[in-house]
Amino acid sequence: MELMTSIRNFRIPKSYTPPLLITGILFAAHISFGILDSYYNLITAVVSAYVVELILHRLVMGKWRNMSSAYISGISVGILIRSTLLWPYALCAMISVASKYVLRYKDRHIWNPSNFGIVVMIVLASDYMAILSIQWGNNMWAMLLIWIIGSISIAKIKRFHICATYVVSFLALAVVRSWFTGDPYFAEIAPLTGPMYQLFVFFMITDPKTTVDNRKGQYLVAFSIAFVEMFFRLNEAVYAPFYALFLVGPIAMVVDLWLKDTKQQENKVLARE
Amino acid sequence: MSGKNNKIKTGITVFFIILIAIPLGMNISSWWESKYPVEQNREESLDRYGFFLEEISESAGINFVHQGPVLDNQLDHILPQVGSMGASVSVVDYNKDGYQDIYVTNSNIASKNSLFKNLADGTFEDVADELGLADANKAGAGVSMGAVWGDMNNNGYEDLFLYKWGKPELFRNEEGKGFTRITEKSGLPGWVNANTAIWVDYNGNGLLDLFIGGFYPETIDLWNLKTTKIMPESYEYARNGGRNFLLENMGNGRFEDVTEKSGLTGNRWTLAAAAADLNGSGYPDLMLANDYGIDEIYLNNDGASFESAAGETGIGFVPKSGMSVAFGDVMNQGSLAIYITNISEPGFLVQGNNLWVPSGRSAGENLKYRNLAGNMGIALGDWAYGGQFGDLNNNGSQDLYVANGYVSSEDRSEYWYDFSKVAAGNISIIEDARNWPAMNGRSFSGYQQNKIWINDGAGKYREVSSSVGGALGLDSRAVAYADLWNRGVLDVIVASQGGPLRVYKNTVAPGYEWVSFKLTGTESNRSAIGAQVKLFWNGRQQLQVVTGGSGFSAQNQLPLHFGLGKNPEIEKVEIQWPSGKVQELDTPEPNMVHTIKEP
Repeated sequence: MELMTSIRNFRIPKSYTPPLLITGILFAAHISFGILDSYYNLITAVVSAYVVELILHRLVMGKWRNMSSAYISGISVGILIRSTLLWPYALCAMISVASKYVLRYKDRHIWNPSNFGIVVMIVLASDYMAILSIQWGNNMWAMLLIWIIGSISIAKIKRFHICATYVVSFLALAVVRSWFTGDPYFAEIAPLTGPMYQLFVFFMITDPKTTVDNRKGQYLVAFSIAFVEMFFRLNEAVYAPFYALFLVGPIAMVVDLWLKDTKQQENKVLARE
Repeated sequence: MSGKNNKIKTGITVFFIILIAIPLGMNISSWWESKYPVEQNREESLDRYGFFLEEISESAGINFVHQGPVLDNQLDHILPQVGSMGASVSVVDYNKDGYQDIYVTNSNIASKNSLFKNLADGTFEDVADELGLADANKAGAGVSMGAVWGDMNNNGYEDLFLYKWGKPELFRNEEGKGFTRITEKSGLPGWVNANTAIWVDYNGNGLLDLFIGGFYPETIDLWNLKTTKIMPESYEYARNGGRNFLLENMGNGRFEDVTEKSGLTGNRWTLAAAAADLNGSGYPDLMLANDYGIDEIYLNNDGASFESAAGETGIGFVPKSGMSVAFGDVMNQGSLAIYITNISEPGFLVQGNNLWVPSGRSAGENLKYRNLAGNMGIALGDWAYGGQFGDLNNNGSQDLYVANGYVSSEDRSEYWYDFSKVAAGNISIIEDARNWPAMNGRSFSGYQQNKIWINDGAGKYREVSSSVGGALGLDSRAVAYADLWNRGVLDVIVASQGGPLRVYKNTVAPGYEWVSFKLTGTESNRSAIGAQVKLFWNGRQQLQVVTGGSGFSAQNQLPLHFGLGKNPEIEKVEIQWPSGKVQELDTPEPNMVHTIKEP
């Protein structure tokens, strides 16, 4: 009886939803389609992220920390990086995690770690690697299933509106891009049906640590990412969404933190008066 | 405490800067190498790498320029990519004069194929028209994609099978004096959009059979499209390509379709095939490189059928864009590794070429492979097509030539961005050519240089194309080796899409010796296709196989060439004939071609 009650009351902590979701997507995709070139690449990325996180957090905070963030960074790098060599996986994971401890404003890190690492690698190490940019299989139902499960999971942590805003903005702005380029509308929206975007939408733009806190701001930031991405796309940047988030994300965070800080100062002054 | 914290923060910042500096430093190094390339210098190349390649096409009388196919106008907007193949090269001594000749295909309607007869004086003469092998590209019958030579009737002269996007053709060699087209009565399929075919005696009965790999489905006439849904349904998981054919030689100039019975049914987008006995069963196994999907390996069930072993062997799991298959004993272990080319374009798509090396403990039914291309330094080609193993410097190790480059247009701006949009798309988007953005004269992984990797014999390859005279930046497709003037070196012939045929005369540094074996089957097929020769010398060994086509749209000379290095002492040679007979030769002389007849 007690056991049944325990089982009924068992809830997965919300902070574990994203790691579980990304693991589920990864293994479903790998078992179905063999999306990983090798397990060594994934293990290298995850272990590198873990080691850097453990050491740096211990040094800075003086204690050990929950590793779910490092896990997501490592596994995102393991999935998204494509290289015949091992070191790009390790280096990208290490840069991603280390960026959290160096690039900070008002004691918060302002870049999504794996977004930062991936953009640095695209810009500086493109001779040795690329980013996942093709379909996992060609089954429409598999794709829809990932979108549905992903959406439900993200809704549970109250971030679905961010994904929805971005997707709707992307689809709408695709009309503009199609008009500019003369390419078919379906060609413009095609990338959204691929796994790179599934990972980007569910795990990068929703990262609680690097998104603004208020709901209106989140709508605005999600739209801004799609809007800035449009310009990168019009300039034929294959990895436009990563570049857009790389620019918009930290700016939004800095503005948000600055506004909060200013408001707090004003409140303090008012309280004193 | 604050001072300690500051030190920690500074330390972490330095660590972070070092991490970022690593790729930055590598980028600067790459930029430096590209800005100041190594000069081509014959003497230095001979001294450092042991060989030098001299391009001699024009002086040898070879002025062939390939013409690509022009297809249905519904494909005009992406024609450079859908019509990106057809340049092929196959080597044959068609008239048994002891000199290797060169056959090349053309791929536009009304363009002509060429057979360059080796005049043995350093020049060639195109005799295709005179011998009836030129006029093969006609409206309603499709255009040539490649050719393979094999003695299908065991009369001592190699016959020609021509595969096309269209009606495949068979030509019987009339003792080197001419060719008779015997397509109509041969039982060949009426239409195949093929980019590969090989001769293989799959059942060991002494008659060469034909394997044809389909690319576009055979139901499609690319000049008269009924639908624009002709593209792959996925960039890496497509199974809507052309079907394969296994055609059994019935011995009377006729072939019978035994594909179903043999278990070789499949609809992947096959671009290359090669056959060799990989598991020691005595029968040839089949390796297929598939574009838009996983590669396949089929093990031969004692000549009765084939069984897919893609999963069990470890080869067929990660989907890539297989373009070429070549066998080579890369570590002189007496076993064949399999080299498959794929696509790598920095910053866009890095698949890496595969080198499947049999793992130490595997043999027979437990055949397993590991991909060691990265470890050996031959993973990163570019948009690669044909790859062939051969000992270019006669040092006793198998070197590797890889053709690169997809579409080089006048407009050097890249189509990759547009391509990446649809390549990521779902089946409903990607399979319809109408959804593909127009190329508008842009390049697509163009102006890439072919790779020449030399094997150091210790597990590493080194790229030397810029130094040894073989640098070629055309859209190369097919590569074949031949000792064109019986000098004991492998010369290199490269066919490029929409470009000139290039012939490279090889010069090897003095003192590096060689031996060659020209095999003639008696109980086995007369071309000895499928025969394996294992050479033992100076405590080393090397295995080579006679193939009826390998690489991409290519066929090397049938005689097997072994480099021996300096001061060789050959211990013995073991020949495993396709009939199952094993022949041993004791201490054959180096520096000569040994003509061996099956006992």
